[in-house]
Amino acid sequence: MTKILSLAPEKCTGCRTCELACSFQHNQEFRPAASRISVLTWESAGVSVPMMCLQCDNAACVKVCPVGAISKSVTGAMVINENRCIKCKMCVIACPFGNTTYDGSSGKIVKCDLCQGDPACVKFCPSGAVTYKEAAAATVSKKKAFAAKFKDLVQEVSE
Amino acid sequence: MFGWVGQVLRVNLTAGTVKKEALDPAEARNYIGARGLGTRLWMKEVDPKVDPLSDKNNLIFITGPLTGTLGTSGGRYNVVCKAPLTGAMAASNSGGYWGPELKFAGYDALIFEGKAEKPVYLWINDDEVELRSAAKLWGKTVNETTDLIKEETDEDAKVACIGPAGENLVKFACILNDYTRAAGRSGLGAVMGAKNLKAVAVKGNGGIRVADPDGFMASVTKARRMLKEHPVTGEGLRAYGTNILINILDQTGGLPVRNFRDSGTFPNANATGGESLADKYLVRNKGCMGCSIGCGRISEVASGKFKTFGEGPEYEAAWAYGADCGIDNLEPIIKANNLCNELGLDSITMPTTIACAMELFESGYITSKETGCFLNFGNMDAIVDLTYKTAYRQGFGNQLAEGSFRLASKYGHPELSMSVKKQELPAYDPRALQGMGLNYATSNRGGCHVRGYMTSPEILGIPEKLDSLATEGKAGWVKIFQDLTAAVDAAGICLFTTFGIGAPELAEQLATATGFDYTVEEVLQAGERIWNLERLFNLKKRFHQSR
Repeated sequence: MTKILSLAPEKCTGCRTCELACSFQHNQEFRPAASRISVLTWESAGVSVPMMCLQCDNAACVKVCPVGAISKSVTGAMVINENRCIKCKMCVIACPFGNTTYDGSSGKIVKCDLCQGDPACVKFCPSGAVTYKEAAAATVSKKKAFAAKFKDLVQEVSE
Repeated sequence: MFGWVGQVLRVNLTAGTVKKEALDPAEARNYIGARGLGTRLWMKEVDPKVDPLSDKNNLIFITGPLTGTLGTSGGRYNVVCKAPLTGAMAASNSGGYWGPELKFAGYDALIFEGKAEKPVYLWINDDEVELRSAAKLWGKTVNETTDLIKEETDEDAKVACIGPAGENLVKFACILNDYTRAAGRSGLGAVMGAKNLKAVAVKGNGGIRVADPDGFMASVTKARRMLKEHPVTGEGLRAYGTNILINILDQTGGLPVRNFRDSGTFPNANATGGESLADKYLVRNKGCMGCSIGCGRISEVASGKFKTFGEGPEYEAAWAYGADCGIDNLEPIIKANNLCNELGLDSITMPTTIACAMELFESGYITSKETGCFLNFGNMDAIVDLTYKTAYRQGFGNQLAEGSFRLASKYGHPELSMSVKKQELPAYDPRALQGMGLNYATSNRGGCHVRGYMTSPEILGIPEKLDSLATEGKAGWVKIFQDLTAAVDAAGICLFTTFGIGAPELAEQLATATGFDYTVEEVLQAGERIWNLERLFNLKKRFHQSR
């Protein structure tokens, strides 16, 4: 079965540990600007949202790439073949989420490659806001939490 | 350099010039960084007898070698200068995201010299550094200033700034970064105000390398696991924040009550604790950069006259505005704490100074003629109103703005100021925690818990349980705690990590990050060196001969 990345903004504390872990995994330096995952925080609302490539099955970046440099790996990640990539940045423009970016200082397209199936962000996230699980398992806890509300309601009505 | 980015930015506010300098690796190794190296850099260039508010008092913002890395809770930096409140060396520590961002921009430290003719702020965008007019920002709150600077520069810029309290030279004005994280104690904000420096905004695109990437990863992975598995850093602080301590200290008889007049326990203390905060006012938990603990709390009072939204309160502020002022309701406490953040006031000295005024009032040494209100313990409106007035030095606030020692002395009763070296004591009653008392008494920067956190062995039993009422053997414990704390502060990681990790894990992280072959002995010796340097400052200043 395929594992999927799952983001839970309600659990995110905005600590950006994921950004440090990601940039170190890929570039051996702590550099959020080159991280494949970014945490966006709205201070005035007290909300933080982790954003990263979710590996679309029908990916705009793949479709738009003129040299066929982006393909699906065994882990399900859309990965860039550095030898083919001509740095035209069409994928950056095409991604509707802004999750594929261009790093000016290294001159590379930056997107999540799932760290060959063992994402560093997931390993280091202290609050469980970024997880990597079997597709069914990723949603089951949400389903259960919501079902529990129905359970409470049913119990209340039957009392 | 590794761990470090290797560059210091020197800003002369009088001349309006900016110069980049190399960081000295030998000094960096000896003083580790942040609090240690910052104090060293200050001492090399400034006379300890300097007037804290003069243009000769250098103001240093400085990170450590683990700041901005995956090192355990490495989101921290220090601000170093001579302190207006105490006259001692101030090295106040803050978290958030600002310190790491400074390193991403390519600087380990900023040294501000002189005084700007008109209000300015510094904008650092990687290599581009510029002093800009702060004419439009002067008078603005921390939140307003931060928002306006982000609009003017970059929405992702990180901002450290002062509020009206710093501008008005309140003796315990603080510096806030990322809206709500404070380099809190000793009055650093007034030094910024005196220099006409409203803010420092920074945006960085660079990175930090470490000497031994595999070794560093192994050491931080191990240390992070230890923090996760420890009941304080893995459970308590995560679940309820620092304010979990209200009930613990209350139950162990160490919660100071009504300006330390009534000792030990406070009826209904639970109403002001972390559990009650989580129950009624918590929006979500918050973590500083790279922190696995996440003790920060975003909170909201949704309605009523204390309606407010912000971060906190921490244990210290919840106690100081709470039990110390005789108040058992979180709503005015949250409101007043947010005012401290917005106006730029130290949320320990502000409320404890109000508590001192309350005791002066109840003792009949001051009357409503001076205070403008009936300032009895438990007056919820007064803590909010006087906090506001202090920042603007209005009415009685102008006297509170000098701190409790000068206030109580003015009315002939300095013994009612609960302070050491004119800095107010925090939330642990030294009569119940003898080791903490010794730490207060010997602390180089005056009344302070984060110079040697003896609560850890005396109350929490970490690393082992000591009899809190005993004095025997405490001197040795206090010394070790004070030295290790200095080293932890200097490294750029959070002191809270020391609940779960010790000197070996710190030495390992420092060695693999910097490439200096730090041992446990060297790290502790560096801690002692930092401590002695601060003491040397106090001696040069002839602290022992002055009040």
